[in-house]
Amino acid sequence: MTPTVLEARGLVKRFGGIIATDHVDLSLKLGARHALIGPNGAGKTTLINLLTGVLSPTEGRVELLGQNISHLPSHARVARGLVRTFQINQLFASMTPLQTLAMVVSQQRGLGGHWWRPLGHSTSVITRCEELLTLFRLTEVMHQNTAALPYGKRRLLEMAIALACEPKVLLLDEPVAGVPAGEREELLQTVAALPTDVSVLLIEHDMDLVFEFADRITVLVNGAVLTEGSPEVIANDPHVKAVYLGHGEEVLA
Amino acid sequence: MMDARTQLLSPTHWRWYESLLWVGVFALPALLPSHSLIINEIAIVALFAVSLDLVLGYTGIVTLGHAAFLGAGAYSAALFAKFMHPDPLLGLLVGILAATLLGALCSVTILRGSDLTRLMVTLGVALLLLELANKLDWLTGGSDGLQGVVIGPLLGRFEFDLYGQTAAWYSLSVLLLLLGLARRWVHSPWGATLMAVRDNPLRAAAIGISVTSRLAVVYTLAAAVAGAAGALLAQTTGFASLDVFALERSADAVLMLVIGGVGWLYGGVLGAVVFKLMHDIISNITPQYWTFWMGLFLVMLMLVGRERLSPAHWLKKAKGEQA
Repeated sequence: MTPTVLEARGLVKRFGGIIATDHVDLSLKLGARHALIGPNGAGKTTLINLLTGVLSPTEGRVELLGQNISHLPSHARVARGLVRTFQINQLFASMTPLQTLAMVVSQQRGLGGHWWRPLGHSTSVITRCEELLTLFRLTEVMHQNTAALPYGKRRLLEMAIALACEPKVLLLDEPVAGVPAGEREELLQTVAALPTDVSVLLIEHDMDLVFEFADRITVLVNGAVLTEGSPEVIANDPHVKAVYLGHGEEVLA
Repeated sequence: MMDARTQLLSPTHWRWYESLLWVGVFALPALLPSHSLIINEIAIVALFAVSLDLVLGYTGIVTLGHAAFLGAGAYSAALFAKFMHPDPLLGLLVGILAATLLGALCSVTILRGSDLTRLMVTLGVALLLLELANKLDWLTGGSDGLQGVVIGPLLGRFEFDLYGQTAAWYSLSVLLLLLGLARRWVHSPWGATLMAVRDNPLRAAAIGISVTSRLAVVYTLAAAVAGAAGALLAQTTGFASLDVFALERSADAVLMLVIGGVGWLYGGVLGAVVFKLMHDIISNITPQYWTFWMGLFLVMLMLVGRERLSPAHWLKKAKGEQA
């Protein structure tokens, strides 16, 4: 049986009287291609923030590789292999893609506190940077300022940064959101080419991508899990159809 | 295209024109002995501006209270010379140490909150220290300042003369040394993570950087450098007065960085040179109105932009239009 790498148990998040996450159980197997879908306002981003430690849950716990990480701050979760990308690019505007990746790879290898040797001193860090630049098709723009990159390239850098953290579990928050059609294919290919030993949780609105990519799908509605299953099961689920066609109230009632 | 390694290492190299520049700078007190005092003063405020650049320019910590550490360095070095030992290098170490401790303590206050919070908290801390130095007049001399500070010869050999030649060389050496050290810091992987924290703290945390520990460490290190500047100030002027803690000190350093350019170590040095020389020249012409001209210059600088004020920009533009 495939081991579980990431597990959420009974996660609850309340903002005052509003319940944004409602007793969510979620389990991610090793090497999974798991998608999290749901209409706008279903609580997908809140759930990501709970998993990564940006928000702390009102109730429930998060386990990574069998260890409780609920009490750990974001950066400590990253060090243990739980890494995310952002729906809205979160990049380092004043650095070039090369500098960014060299910094992230150094940090990942425990050199982040080194202050004597220059960035770029370690050959293995440079080699890894070059691999990542090639993988994410950023080699040509590696010396350009990040702020000046085309949107599609910035989206690729967003993912390259996450992969540079050598994740065991990668949470992709709408990787193709807002990417123009011309640059879309390049991005889809890199998503498909992610290493198989990295378990991926994909949050996405784009159903074509979800059904092409995922081997398992969880549907979130109003902060709670509506259902979970293989793509075939989800595609034929009348409740899910109802939610996406806008008749959710009647069917659920 | 340049390969990855060359590109990453290029900003760390020491250039030939830098060596030339520094040789020239060190020759200045010998060539213009009567200007040694102003050279000394510029070297000290340049060091102070460089230390501010570490927090403001490289890490994005907005502060108006950096003088707290300048003052801590100045008073501790002056007190040490007066009551313990006159040796300048020992006093410099004491000044650095005192400012480092204070920096570590104060770093707790800048870990949370927005820019405005930090602005107010840092300002508040400097005001607290100013009033403390004022009230503890049995120790600090209060508003009269700490007088009668006699500094021994540097390395046991070079007396501090009235012209300030020794002082100028002393301050320039410390500036060069600490500038070199700061350069190591900002170009290291650690320095790159500081810039990551400045550019995007949310993402910095999401790639495994502990934002709070970076803020605390850089704030403490910058305090140490500011403490060195304070110690130099007290030692080379032979006294410490309350104005080392004043808001003007912190604000002037911010102005110098804005003039010279933030997030670039020589920016602090350049800013200090321009600021001090402008002060010197304009206040010689119109003693009462120098702040008017300084203000006008700042408004121009910010509205027109630094690049467009430099002749190099227009030359480049003219060339570009020709081509």
